[in-house]
Amino acid sequence: MKFKRSKTGPARSTAGDTAVFMILIIVGLFMLLPFVYAIIQSLKPTEEIFAYPPKFFVRNPTFDNYKTLSQLVDSLWIPFGRYFINSAVVTVVGTGANLLFSSMAAFAFAKYNFPGNKWMFSLVVAALLFSGTVTALPQYIIMSGLGLINTLYSLIIPAAATPLGLFLMKNFMVQIPDTVIEAATIDGAGILKIYYRVCMPLVKPAALTLVIFSFQGLWNSTGGSYIYEEAWKLLPTVLNDVASAGIARVGSASAASVLMMLPPCALFIFTQSRIVETMAFSGIKG
Amino acid sequence: MKDNNRLLSRMFKYKECYLLVAPFYIIFSIFVIAPIAIAIFFGFTDFNMLEPPEFIGLSNYLTLFFEDDVFLVAVRNTLIFAVITGPVSYFSCLLFAWLINELPRGLRSVMTFVFYAPSMSGMLYVIWAYIFSGDMYGLLNQILMSFGFVKDPVQWLTNTETMLGCIIIVQIWMSLGTSFLAFIAGLQNVDRSLYEAGAVDGIRNRIQELVYITLPSMGPQLLFSAVMQISAAFSVSSVCMTLAGFPSTDNAALTVATHAYDFGMIRFEMGYACAVTTVLFIAMMAVNKWIQKIISKYADV
Repeated sequence: MKFKRSKTGPARSTAGDTAVFMILIIVGLFMLLPFVYAIIQSLKPTEEIFAYPPKFFVRNPTFDNYKTLSQLVDSLWIPFGRYFINSAVVTVVGTGANLLFSSMAAFAFAKYNFPGNKWMFSLVVAALLFSGTVTALPQYIIMSGLGLINTLYSLIIPAAATPLGLFLMKNFMVQIPDTVIEAATIDGAGILKIYYRVCMPLVKPAALTLVIFSFQGLWNSTGGSYIYEEAWKLLPTVLNDVASAGIARVGSASAASVLMMLPPCALFIFTQSRIVETMAFSGIKG
Repeated sequence: MKDNNRLLSRMFKYKECYLLVAPFYIIFSIFVIAPIAIAIFFGFTDFNMLEPPEFIGLSNYLTLFFEDDVFLVAVRNTLIFAVITGPVSYFSCLLFAWLINELPRGLRSVMTFVFYAPSMSGMLYVIWAYIFSGDMYGLLNQILMSFGFVKDPVQWLTNTETMLGCIIIVQIWMSLGTSFLAFIAGLQNVDRSLYEAGAVDGIRNRIQELVYITLPSMGPQLLFSAVMQISAAFSVSSVCMTLAGFPSTDNAALTVATHAYDFGMIRFEMGYACAVTTVLFIAMMAVNKWIQKIISKYADV
C-alpha cells in the first residue's frame, strides 16, 4: 500500500506543505527555462530567431525547422536510419552490459569481504576523480592496439564497466541488511543466486537510475575519437554536422537537439513510474 | 608459507565473488586504469605525442609550481569555482530531492522530471550562451535593458568580472543531475517504519525527521554524491570553454582542467598536461578523504 506521508504522515503541517510547493514551483520554472527555450527556438521561423528585439515566445509557430531538418537528413549520402541504428545499438547494448557487470561487481564489493576487496574498490573511486582530457591519448593507443577503432565495440565495451555504475550500485547495496543475505545463505542459496534473486530486486531504484545515466550518456555520445568511418558514425555527430553548417540552419539545430532529447525523456518518465511502483509494493525492510 | 595458504583458501572460499567482479574489473583495468596509469607516467616525461616520451623526472612538476604563473591563475579560479559550486550544488541536490520526496506520488514524478530536465541533454547548456550573449540578441541583456537596469549590453561572457559568475550559475543549474537522482532513489530506500517509530519517539516536524532519521540512514548516498560533486566541481572544463571561449579574456575562466587541455590538445606538450592532471587528481583525492571523514562521522556508511 502507498504510504501517503504528506497527508497522514506524523510530522507534517499544511503551512509547511504549501511552502514546499511554492519553492519547488519557482525553482522548477528556472530549471525548465532553457529547456523550454530550446523547444520554442525550434518552433520559430528564421526571421523570428534573428528578430530584434529578441522575443522569448514564438509569434507564428511553425514546424519548418523540423521539415528542413528532415530534408537535410534525407539528402545524406548514407541512409539516415543507419546512424540511428548505430546509436541505438550502442545505447541499448552498452546500458544493458553496464547494468549487469556493474551490479554484479558491486554486489561482491558490498556484501563479501573477499581478499582484495578494499584496494580494488578504492581504485574505482580514484578513477572517478581522475579528470578526462589526458587519458584520451592512452585510451586511443589501447583502442587501436586492440583493433577496435572504427567499430561500435570501441564505445560499447568501455561503457560496459563504468566506475560511476559500480560506485552507485555498491552504495545502495551496502544498505541491504546483512541478515537478509545471511538468511538466504542459510536457505542454501549460492552467491550468484543471492545476487539476482535477493539483491537485485531490492536495489531497483538504483538500477533504474543507473539505466538512465548510462542511456543518456551513450545516446548523446558522438563516438569521440574512435569512429571515423561514415558507416559507423553516431546520430549526434551526424545531426551536429548537418545542423551546424551555416547560420540559416540555427533553427534546424534546435529542432535536432529537441528530437535528440525525446528518447531519454521517454525513458526517464518510464523508469520514474517504475520506481514509484516498486517502492510501493516492496520497500527494504530493515 | 602458512599465511599464503590461508590467503589462498580464503580466496577460494570467495571464488564466486571473483567471478562476479571479473567482467567489470577486466574491462575497467584495460580501459580506465591502464590509461590513467600511462597518463601519470607521462607526467614524468617530456612527450610531444610525435617522438617517444623522454623521462625527465620531476621537472614538469617543478616548472608547474615555480615557473608557470598561468597555472596559479588556473588554481585560483578552480578553487573559487569548486568552493562555490561543490557545496551549493551538493546541498541544493539534497534539498530539492528531499522537498520533491515530500510531494504526493504523481506530482513527485513530474517534479523529478522538471528538476532533472537540464541533465537530459548533454549539450543543452549551449542555450545559456544565447541567454548571456553580449550582443543585442542576448536574452538577459534584452530584459535588463527593457527595464532600464543597464543602458548598454553587458558583455557577460567576455567581461572578466562577470565571466566566472555566469559559468558558476550554469554549472550549478547543470549539476542537479547525478547526485540529485541518487538522492531521489536514496530517499525512496529509507525504511518507512523508521518514520513511524520516530513519530512515536517524539519527532515533531519534517526538519527533525530529516536530521535525525532520513540523513543518517542515507550515508551511502551522501558519500556517492560527495564524490560525484568533487569530481564535477574540480574538473570543470567544457562549460568554461563553450561559454567563455578558449582562451578566455585574461584567463578569467581558466581552470586547471582547461589548462591541461591547453597543453595536451593545443600545444602538444602531453607530458606537462599529464603532470597538471596528476596534481589535480591528488588534490581531489585529498578533498575526497576529508569529506568522507566528515560524512562517516555523521551517518552510517
